[in-house]
Amino acid sequence: MTDLTRLTAAALADALAAREVSAVEATQAHLDRIAAVDGGVHAFLHVDVDGALATARAVDDARAGGTAVHPLAGVPIAVKDLLATNGLPTTCGSKILQGWIPPYDATVVARLKVAGLPILGKTNMDEFAMGSSTEHSAYGPTRNPWDLGRIPGGSGGGSAAAVAAYETPLAVGTDTGGSIRQPGAVTGTVGVKPTYGGVSRYGLVALASSLDQAGPVTRTVLDAALLHELIGGHDPLDSTSIDSPVPAVVEAARRADVTGMRIGVIAELGGEGYQPGVRARFDDVVALLSKAGADVVEVSCPSFDYALAAYYLILPSEASSNLAKFDAMRYGLRVAPDGVEVPSAEEVMSASRAAGFGDEVKRRIILGTYALSSGYYDAYYGSAQKVRTLIARDFDAAFEEVDVLVSPTAPTTAFRFGDKLDDPLAMYLNDIATIPANLAGVPGLSVPSGLADEDGLPVGVQLLAPALADDRLYNVAAAIEAMLAEQWGGPLLAQAPELEVRT
Amino acid sequence: MTTTSADPVTFEDALERYDPVMGMEVHVELNTASKMFCGCSTVFGADPNTQVCPVCLGLPGALPVVNARAIESAIKIGLALNCSIAPWCRFARKNYFYPDMPKNFQTSQYDEPIAYSGWTEIEVDGVSYRIEIERAHMEEDTGKSLHVGGATGRIHGASHSLVDYNRAGIPLIEIVTKPIEGTGAKSPEVARAYVAHLRELVLGLGVSDVRMEQGSMRCDVNLSLRPIGVTTLGTRSETKNVNSLRSVERAVRHEIGRHAAVLDGGNRIVQETRHWHEDTGVTTAGREKSDAEDYRYFPEPDLVPVAPSREWVEALRAQLPEPPSLRRARLQADWAFSDLEMRDVAGAGAMNLVAETVAAGAAPQAAKKWWLSELARYANEHDIAIDDVPMSPEQVAQVQGLLDAGRINDKLARQVFDGVLSGEGTPEEVVARRGLEVVSDDSALGDAVDRAIEANPDVAAKIAAGKHAAAGALIGAVMKEMRGRADAGRVRELILARLG
Repeated sequence: MTDLTRLTAAALADALAAREVSAVEATQAHLDRIAAVDGGVHAFLHVDVDGALATARAVDDARAGGTAVHPLAGVPIAVKDLLATNGLPTTCGSKILQGWIPPYDATVVARLKVAGLPILGKTNMDEFAMGSSTEHSAYGPTRNPWDLGRIPGGSGGGSAAAVAAYETPLAVGTDTGGSIRQPGAVTGTVGVKPTYGGVSRYGLVALASSLDQAGPVTRTVLDAALLHELIGGHDPLDSTSIDSPVPAVVEAARRADVTGMRIGVIAELGGEGYQPGVRARFDDVVALLSKAGADVVEVSCPSFDYALAAYYLILPSEASSNLAKFDAMRYGLRVAPDGVEVPSAEEVMSASRAAGFGDEVKRRIILGTYALSSGYYDAYYGSAQKVRTLIARDFDAAFEEVDVLVSPTAPTTAFRFGDKLDDPLAMYLNDIATIPANLAGVPGLSVPSGLADEDGLPVGVQLLAPALADDRLYNVAAAIEAMLAEQWGGPLLAQAPELEVRT
Repeated sequence: MTTTSADPVTFEDALERYDPVMGMEVHVELNTASKMFCGCSTVFGADPNTQVCPVCLGLPGALPVVNARAIESAIKIGLALNCSIAPWCRFARKNYFYPDMPKNFQTSQYDEPIAYSGWTEIEVDGVSYRIEIERAHMEEDTGKSLHVGGATGRIHGASHSLVDYNRAGIPLIEIVTKPIEGTGAKSPEVARAYVAHLRELVLGLGVSDVRMEQGSMRCDVNLSLRPIGVTTLGTRSETKNVNSLRSVERAVRHEIGRHAAVLDGGNRIVQETRHWHEDTGVTTAGREKSDAEDYRYFPEPDLVPVAPSREWVEALRAQLPEPPSLRRARLQADWAFSDLEMRDVAGAGAMNLVAETVAAGAAPQAAKKWWLSELARYANEHDIAIDDVPMSPEQVAQVQGLLDAGRINDKLARQVFDGVLSGEGTPEEVVARRGLEVVSDDSALGDAVDRAIEANPDVAAKIAAGKHAAAGALIGAVMKEMRGRADAGRVRELILARLG
């Protein structure tokens, strides 16, 4: 019998629809895999064995009874611990939310439940999605399945590692500055940040409201498209949700044809600061696209040079306000201050926040509080918003000339634990290529482009398209995926070392 | 000598040397069925924390969605105050920590209010004052803290606090005036008249219950003094939550005296919020408020801009009710009331009640009489607003109808009011149950008259001798026997017919 955990979501969905396997079998296989390897990988913060199997049984019953179900019904999924799940712990990787069980579901989660996808559990992340390595999780880091001594990217390292380690075929991530795409690149998986407003943010614990976007984390482009179609679309509970149909992403992923497409290489992303192996694999992909009939040109986006600076003003500003609600008054950690007999509410708030937030979160709250202060607002937040406008204009101008933009997803492959932990600026640079898409609200996708020669670790290529043209990403990515699979004789993940299995 | 408790200065004394400048900030709670950013009910008086959801509790991940009806109400208030309506505006976050604020920021408006640059006109003792409106903006209310265990209900001395989030997220409109200058000795009355006017205006729009005693209209009074002749503004104090018309007037009067005393003593006014004490009529220091107080406002990223179309705004303008000043002039003409009578009605807060009573068929003088006597007294005795008197204008008109038809007399009418107010039913039901109807049956009355004559032969003799004024004693006796249920005029006729 085939190992059900090695199937893509699309293949598993087909097998389930044909009733060759049951949803309970598929779910149990993944739960077994989690039990076998997650001790080493630590992708999950919480595994919901009973809940996942109950959903699977309900799907099997429905199918047995002849009830029409969603094509992905019974395909297991993992959800980043930043999304509210009714009845399941939601910590955002933070001590301050330890033990919090939301009384409601995020819209994305509600859609998964309605469609009958068994939710295996909640995946690890940098605390409140602040980081590029999951080293900032209050519950310990996730390890990269390619090399357990290395980071899986972040903030959504848990989702990417779970998918790469065959613990789940599908996962939901969130991307504020690259938290889906960069982990995808360093774990050899596919990650998509949809157009801002394309997927509901309701129930997604906000890091930076104007930048956050949930999206698919998968092993193949088609799987990502199938999940995107399910979780995308208008939500009246999110005022910033776009009221238009989900782009035809599944159709685009099946098309996989770049003939005649105009593809722009971003001059500002991919030069100095990028690892040689990252650049080499990127050049390979560009050459393949040309060979496949695409019209590849170089495009300049000069304002991208200021993207990182603008991002690290806007994000902390919004985060400082979004994280104010964690005050120990209504939920989460509550700590009484030392040596105070009858503490005031304010003293409890202060002590709880001091104990509950990690250093990186505190750093960004302080940065954001400062940037929003009167007298500094115009110089910092105001200027950053102007840069944001310029970046959006760069995208507009670029998309006048080309259909899709390409760049490396991240400047390096997975680094070793601790390498950048004491150097926030070095850590922030991991997102240099992914941040512009969040600032402008355009969609981005990372697809594996091979292994770096110098360290044998995965590298990703990033595709960017205009807002609401997410389908173009899937078309081009599927073409790249197919051409590379032909070269490699299979998917990149087939080259990953086998994980040690605990029996 | 440096002392902050300077010798008291009388109001009149203060005004000889100082020119008061006021600024009014009035919060109006809208009467929308649901909250500003979620679907929770807004009904007043529910059990604590029963009208809450992830959004108004500020649970992680929850997001706001603007209540379109609240925007409509805000535009109506803006238009009624002759404001410009912003073609495009945003919400902003006002960041500060407080336990009754679920998100530790208030979703409000900052530099882009929905309505701005308006004016309205009020009248005090026949003199008109034009009040310039700076802005009217939308925001959400906070929860309500309840401090338990202290003597005053304030946080000082309390053993613990409870928070009710039912109020969190209820839509508010904050109406801010520009500095009100040149009102001199009339300042307290101008302040009161402005709030009363605003109340009437908002009530007419139907967008709020504006019940000051329930907190659906709350008033902050800013006041500063400057020496007469000086044009720059003095340092202001902000007296919070002055929640009755009478208190507005008293608070202004008190603050003028207090400021004058501090300034006379060569001291400086501290820029601070002040608590108003209804019982003692004084203010006490609250939180010091410096201009450096920093709410770190920034545009609310979870909401899209509000962009009311010109067509919508014009449609709302076309629906505006008659402005209170025009309405009042029209009613005064219709009712043929004197200025003094109108002022009495307005002062009692009974303008609408009288109008509705007249509309239900009562004569204007009669409607005024009942609302300003029986019903005003009832409200006073029970310490409730006159609108809350448990008797409708229609019922008042019904009582007057019974009077006009001669079925009851004035004295009986008072008993009918008592019955209706005690919850005994409609006026007709009270008349029937208490047996209050005037006896118009001449044979029954005649018997009573005969008995009265028989019992008072001396009086009867006087009347028979032509002293008709003595009839009063016999009428009294008959009325007593009939327990008031007789028409005194008819009784007199019957007596005179027998003895005259």
